[in-house]
Amino acid sequence: MYEWIAQQPFLAALIALVMLGAVFGALLGFASEKFKVEGNSVVEDINAILPQTQCGQCGYPGCRPYAEAIAEGEAINRCPPGGEAGIAQLADLLDVEPIPLDEAHGEEAALPSVAFIHEEDCIGCTKCIQACPVDAILGAAKQMHTVITSECTGCDLCVDPCPVDCIEMVSEELTLASWHWDLPSRDDSATIIATDRIATDRDAA
Amino acid sequence: MRKIWDFHGGIHPPENKHQSLTQPIRRAGIPAELVLPLNQHIGAPAEPIVEIGQKVLKGECVARPAGFISVPVHAPTSGTVTAVEERQVAHPSGLATECIVITSDLEDRWVEHAGIPDWTSADKATLLACIRDAGIAGMGGAGFPTAVKLGVNPRGGSIDTLVLNGTECEPYITADHVLMRERAEEVVAGTRILQKLVEPKETLLGVEDNKPDAIEALRRACEGTDMDVVVFPTKYPSGGEKQLIEILTGRQVPSGGLPADIGVVCQNMGTAVAVYRAVVHGEPLISRITTVTGEAVAQPGNFDVLLGTPMSFLLELSGFSADRLQRLVMGGPMMGFTIPDAAVPVVKTTNCILAPTEKELPPPPPAQPCIRCGLCAEACPASLLPQQLYWFSRGKEYEKLEAHNLFDCIECGACSYACPSNIPLVQYYRASKAEVTQLKRDQAKSEHSKTRFEARQERLQREAEEKEAQRRARKEAAEARARQAAEAGSAEQDPIQAAIERAQAKKAAAQEGEETPQRPAVAQLDPAQLAIERAKAARAVSADQSPAEKARANLERLQERLAKSEAKLTASREQGAEATIIDALEAAIEKLRPKLEVAQQEVDALGDEAQPKPAPAAEEKDAAQLAIERAQAARAATADQSPGEKAQANLERLRQRLAKSEAKLAASREEGADDSIIDALEAAIEKLRPKLEAAQREVEELKAGQEA
Repeated sequence: MYEWIAQQPFLAALIALVMLGAVFGALLGFASEKFKVEGNSVVEDINAILPQTQCGQCGYPGCRPYAEAIAEGEAINRCPPGGEAGIAQLADLLDVEPIPLDEAHGEEAALPSVAFIHEEDCIGCTKCIQACPVDAILGAAKQMHTVITSECTGCDLCVDPCPVDCIEMVSEELTLASWHWDLPSRDDSATIIATDRIATDRDAA
Repeated sequence: MRKIWDFHGGIHPPENKHQSLTQPIRRAGIPAELVLPLNQHIGAPAEPIVEIGQKVLKGECVARPAGFISVPVHAPTSGTVTAVEERQVAHPSGLATECIVITSDLEDRWVEHAGIPDWTSADKATLLACIRDAGIAGMGGAGFPTAVKLGVNPRGGSIDTLVLNGTECEPYITADHVLMRERAEEVVAGTRILQKLVEPKETLLGVEDNKPDAIEALRRACEGTDMDVVVFPTKYPSGGEKQLIEILTGRQVPSGGLPADIGVVCQNMGTAVAVYRAVVHGEPLISRITTVTGEAVAQPGNFDVLLGTPMSFLLELSGFSADRLQRLVMGGPMMGFTIPDAAVPVVKTTNCILAPTEKELPPPPPAQPCIRCGLCAEACPASLLPQQLYWFSRGKEYEKLEAHNLFDCIECGACSYACPSNIPLVQYYRASKAEVTQLKRDQAKSEHSKTRFEARQERLQREAEEKEAQRRARKEAAEARARQAAEAGSAEQDPIQAAIERAQAKKAAAQEGEETPQRPAVAQLDPAQLAIERAKAARAVSADQSPAEKARANLERLQERLAKSEAKLTASREQGAEATIIDALEAAIEKLRPKLEVAQQEVDALGDEAQPKPAPAAEEKDAAQLAIERAQAARAATADQSPGEKAQANLERLRQRLAKSEAKLAASREEGADDSIIDALEAAIEKLRPKLEAAQREVEELKAGQEA
């Protein structure tokens, strides 16, 4: 054996390398089967960032289809409910430059809103129930309907189908519980340094 | 002397406490109107249980707790409920919230109340219920329901140390200081109740060394008890719960944890007094000690004030001059916030009203760029990296903020105080905390929406599949039915089949040519069809006939019809057909007779050419008719069998079947077979009879034709 290796060093090396390649190839193959990742994880990640209002303002029938489209290269600025924060997160995830929200698809609402059914006008047609993507409307044929506020995503898909226009989008009211501090406004004076300030003070005086 | 520890960071701002310490606690008195916010604590707002116009007595409960983490609200004095409405409250947002408004009657009549004088023998549940019903929430500033804090340890561990917080480290505020100085016995009595509830190994009353008179009073009151008054150097913010615990025990509350995790419960001195008054005297929390200070008031001091008293009322008592005021602050200069209107009420957590002048508390100078000096990190009592948090806040990098323990920030303001660039750091953290909380809430909601959306999609798909399955099942059932009917009911299908065949035959005949209009050799042709064909043939041949011939032909036809009808009638009578059929035949014959007479007269009138023929019309045919018959016969002869023979054979078959069926029926009847079998046989016989009749007629006609 040793003699043969000594006599045929080139062949021996070749055989050894081929064997190593086979072993590691088998290992890799096994690992790729064993630790297989189910589904498209990029789509899942994008979908997790999207606000899941299922409003369709992006032009896709729901958040997941838009996530799939983004994974295929669609623009990331078509989701008004997600807003600038959502775009920033998507840009971060996909490692692209954040771009401003495409106003053609709607504007970002300052406060989240929920649908409200004026119950005295409701005729019980169930059209809004069929439109609601998250089953947040309760009612039956010829019975008054109402919105389960805690489940409503504010997608306003129920507003158009209503034949008597009894659905209204109501902005959530700002309460002590929902109020919070804003970031301090940054005025231009923040950029001057102490010596500048003395200079401006002198100018003023 | 106990060993004391130190915590990281901290600052030494000017104390400014002496101004309000010159006078003893004053009673503020009763204002004309008291405004009681329903949410003076952390947790769910209380629910009002009074109506507008209702008379209430001092100490009467006006709003009950809504949920576990909630406390009730009591009337601070006797009077009338004049409104339950939204009023502006002391909150940095300046928003209005639901309040109960009581107009006092100045009588200050107490509701019937009694404490538990023998509280040492009462059980914990009774004491906790008493504290809860008294509406006590932490009076240090946060306002967490005291009964909840004392009642349950969410992590389950045992408590070995009870800490009473008498630090009051924030500048200007002296409410706890004067409380300890003047009501040390009540503090100690309240602490004994807390001891009974918590059952700690040691009880520590922590006081900063800048309150010597309070320390002395406490030490005197504590003599003969197992409580330790622990004095430590003044430093801001040693009054923070976690910082105080570290000073007194050397133990750090873990990040994101509670003091209970390391076996400590911390309560405010004011809370201890409230517990004492609730348990021993049965008095709910309706008043508190509030400091009114600042250079804009002439006589700063501390007031024992009813909750709900407008701040303006207290300011007036202190000789407030509005023109000197820079801004009104609730709380101290470090952690307090500006209140928009002096009319807002004093609540359970109002420890200080600060009315500083412009000179005393100048507006913050403009923020300048961060120079990364690191002073903030040195000052931070929570050992955070304020500078990093600042950058992340500005960049809205929420994940990194959380990774840098933003939520361990106690918002003490030490970093902002230390910052040489005057950056309002705490404001950034507050905003970012709110953003992160909001983001988490949004994420939870979006996750929830996603689940619901997917569940809905699944449901819709399932419904569509079920519908499709149902549709398919219906279709299959219909097909199976049709097949079954086709297999089982060929007898019933006979008429249809026959009609189809007839139509085909007719078409074939039409193709044969008009000069040989002949009866198709199908045995079961219906009489009407035959009549039409005969009529057609007659018309065809009579086209160039004389009127006499026409009349004669007509007469013959009529005679033929009459004969047929009579034959049918006799046959029907013999077979015992239904009365209606016989009646119909009789009526038909009756109708035919006058027509026949008319035709006869016509023929007679037309003279010689017309030769009256005797009744059996079959024997007499005019030339045209005969020609047709002949042609038919000739055509029939080309086939293997003549139509006559076919018809004859058919007739024989039918007769045999009928005879067989009748024999079977008779046999079945004799044997007493099933009614269903007998019925079926009878039905079959009934069906056979008309067929037989038709066949008979055909044979007769054919015979007539052949004979002719």
